[in-house]
Amino acid sequence: MSMAGHTADKKAFRLSMLIYDTRYRSITIQLIALIALILVGAWLVNNTLNNLEALDKELGFGFLSEPSSYDINQRLIEYDSRSTHGRAAIVGILNTLLVAFMGCVLATVIGVTAGIARLSKNWIIARLMTTYVEMFRNIPVLLWIVLIMAVVIESLPVPRSFKGDNAISSMLFGDSVAITNRGVYFPKMVLNDGSTMVLTTLALSLVGMWFFGRWAKKRQAMTGAILPTGWIKLGIFAIPTLIVFTIFSLINQTRDYSIVTTSPLENGALAGIERPLACVVGGSSQSVILQTLLRESGQRVKIVEFGSTDEAKAAYSAGECNVVGVSSGEVDSFVASLGVPSDSFVASTTYTHGTAITLSRPHFVGFNFIDGYQMRNSLIALWLALSFYHGAFIAETVRAGILAVSKGQSEAAAALGLRPKRVMNLVVLPQALRVMIPPMISHFLSLTKNSSLAIVVGYMDITATLGGITLNQTGREMESLLLLMAMYLSISITVSVIMNWYNESIKMRER
Amino acid sequence: MTEQSYVRTEMLGEKPPPSSQVGPVKWVMENLFSSIPNAVMTLVSVWAVYFLLSGILPWTFQSSWNSTSLHGCRAYIVEKYGEGTEGACWSVINERWKQLLFGFYPKELYWRPVVTLILMFVAISPVLFASVPRKVMLFSVIYPFLAFWLLWGGSIWLPIVAFSGFGVAYLAIVFGPALIGSLGATIVAGVLPIVYWLFLAGPIIAGLNSVAPIGIEGIDSDQMGGFMISMIIGISGIALSLPIGILLALGRQSPLFIVKTICVTFIEFIRGVPLITLLFVASVLLNYFLPPGTNFDLILRVIIMVTFFAAAYMAEVIRGGLAALPKGQFEAADALGLDYWKATRLIIMPQALKVSIPNIVSNFIGLFKDTTLVSIIGLLDPMGLSRAIVADQNWNGIVWEIYAFIALLFWIFTFSMSRYSMYLERKLATGH
Repeated sequence: MSMAGHTADKKAFRLSMLIYDTRYRSITIQLIALIALILVGAWLVNNTLNNLEALDKELGFGFLSEPSSYDINQRLIEYDSRSTHGRAAIVGILNTLLVAFMGCVLATVIGVTAGIARLSKNWIIARLMTTYVEMFRNIPVLLWIVLIMAVVIESLPVPRSFKGDNAISSMLFGDSVAITNRGVYFPKMVLNDGSTMVLTTLALSLVGMWFFGRWAKKRQAMTGAILPTGWIKLGIFAIPTLIVFTIFSLINQTRDYSIVTTSPLENGALAGIERPLACVVGGSSQSVILQTLLRESGQRVKIVEFGSTDEAKAAYSAGECNVVGVSSGEVDSFVASLGVPSDSFVASTTYTHGTAITLSRPHFVGFNFIDGYQMRNSLIALWLALSFYHGAFIAETVRAGILAVSKGQSEAAAALGLRPKRVMNLVVLPQALRVMIPPMISHFLSLTKNSSLAIVVGYMDITATLGGITLNQTGREMESLLLLMAMYLSISITVSVIMNWYNESIKMRER
Repeated sequence: MTEQSYVRTEMLGEKPPPSSQVGPVKWVMENLFSSIPNAVMTLVSVWAVYFLLSGILPWTFQSSWNSTSLHGCRAYIVEKYGEGTEGACWSVINERWKQLLFGFYPKELYWRPVVTLILMFVAISPVLFASVPRKVMLFSVIYPFLAFWLLWGGSIWLPIVAFSGFGVAYLAIVFGPALIGSLGATIVAGVLPIVYWLFLAGPIIAGLNSVAPIGIEGIDSDQMGGFMISMIIGISGIALSLPIGILLALGRQSPLFIVKTICVTFIEFIRGVPLITLLFVASVLLNYFLPPGTNFDLILRVIIMVTFFAAAYMAEVIRGGLAALPKGQFEAADALGLDYWKATRLIIMPQALKVSIPNIVSNFIGLFKDTTLVSIIGLLDPMGLSRAIVADQNWNGIVWEIYAFIALLFWIFTFSMSRYSMYLERKLATGH
């Protein structure tokens, strides 16, 4: 019977069942959709190929290894105009990530503060925060970026006003930070001997803090006793690092240091050379010593760092540097192998390190600051604008999240005898967080995408390098834009995967 | 011994509460100075407000409205308010506000965008207010073509013939099912108008133009600009993205694997890249994808990409609305024997859209703000025009006044929309 029915079914298959029978119709529809997609895709590809042929262009990513011949002023890795377009794109993507990360952090701080303050009982603060949120949410972010750029340029002092003895403006934090309209200059960290140990200790302390936190939580769950975790964590964080730092700073770090030059030294300066190029063997601490040596005589210097003595020698022999800095122990063999004509080409000094890690402060020389690290005005304007703009959205999310926790929860917690701070930390915030995380993910993603507006203030992010100058110079619209989109797409997907994983890990576990 | 009583025999009269417990004093104590940190915050806030206002207000009001250059402005302000006064030079707004609103649209034709805008409110009134008669919907359907014709001008036959393409599709939907079945009719309704527009529309327009050349003065796209272009791009983006977004959202929910994959890929791709890269595609890449020799208007290309962009976001908003519907609604529709499209049209979509209206509005606000990005690819929206004005010899060096004006324009528009969306949220809250 069933056998017969089955064969009857098979016989009964007609072509019209492809349309009328729901079992087959879905296949028909999908097939039609697929064919339509392929046709449209083929049409687009065909058009593109025809157009490219008409313009005599070929697709290819070879241009990425050609020299870029443009400069990028704000960068995290070494780059100059002889570097390739590919490297420019990497500098760009690092810049995008930098401003996106800084923006996400600051926007969260601003947003959480403003969101909580908007719920404050203090009337004037609640009103102020409402004004802030409505102002920033309802005006395009592009306008905020150019507006804040204008504020930075127009209202901050020019670097020149820091010049001389009777300067109009002064630096902050004991001559360490200079806020100018060209950007903020702050000290660079210089790693001297022992710095590796200090940094390792710091990293280990962080790991220790995490383990201690876990242990304390377990102990509380077992015994109910609560430790003053905040203070103990601070101790774990600070004390070992401080001890190691002090030990390495106390060890006598005097070092003899010599320079070998290409032209005779007169009063410590190089005769006839305006701004010598110096090669040092070693890292930033050696650079600082050499810089200090030459600056005492009023000479400005540009420094290239080399990994080994041989490389520095090669550069000196090839005439690429005017000055080579070496430790005094090596200077004799160095001079001998190079055949330096006379003693007047060699100078030595004794240099004492301060501590394991020192700061190289910005100095005003000539027309601008040198030595410190510069955060350019474009980065600052973009960072602040993105943070305040998205902070306003985050504030609304935070407010909604806190309001979403029903009042009964905090009342029940209070009835259990928890103090207000504990009620907030243990009952309200964990529940509010669950509501807040998904919209926060999308705020972070849109902040990252909006960082592409850097192009209007001249911050060289990936859009300005790969999608801007590289595109215009090479005329490779197709490749540049596809690559640009792929970059953003991978950032977006990575962020959302990580954040979704986090969201999953704190989600309420239901039966 | 006389009887002494220390007990009152009559009640005391009611006394007013102590002065610290009533009126403004109580309010101030409770809301501003309830604790020491609170008092400190209040004082700091008051100082901050004073600091900001004392800088901004004099600048705003000690201003010049009728000078012809920035130099003239400064001279006038110094003369009137004394040496060293800095004030706003609103003269630039006085001189250029028409340009910031309409771009380089011919002055004598300003009525056309204005009429378009007023008619737009008529067209969207059935969506905004339930009390408007349903027949106005017919006008809403015609409106996009009318708006195009009013703004760009030219022959009236172009919008009419383009509109009739939808008439063709409508006929296929109405009469098709009887002839070729509903699935066939849907496909034909999709294909027929495209064939019509591609192959028949051109000759028909040419023919009608030679018979009856009716039209108004045509305007080139590069004459369009200012706030008008933000409105055109924003509104057409959101209007076009609504149907596409609905289809994408339905496709994403669909059990059909290939359809679902196509929709998810499209949505996630568009949502993963910034709008500016899509605008770059519109300005330099879109022509590559079209048959050699096609070269159409930048505004149109931008609208296409903005529509794609908005549609992906719209799809997510509507998907949220669909997800908010209880499963019973889908099952009940099935139980009534409605087919997929009927169930979607009559049961699912009205409810899903109602839930998503506030989000659609905030999506629109976002898109409207994002239209300023077109200045980066060279369209003259207010931001683009501001650069042109600053470059003008007379106004070289002016910054704040123009930005303040543009910010105010956007703020009024978006703030009122966000208030409208809150009003809707309250009105639509039919729950408990």
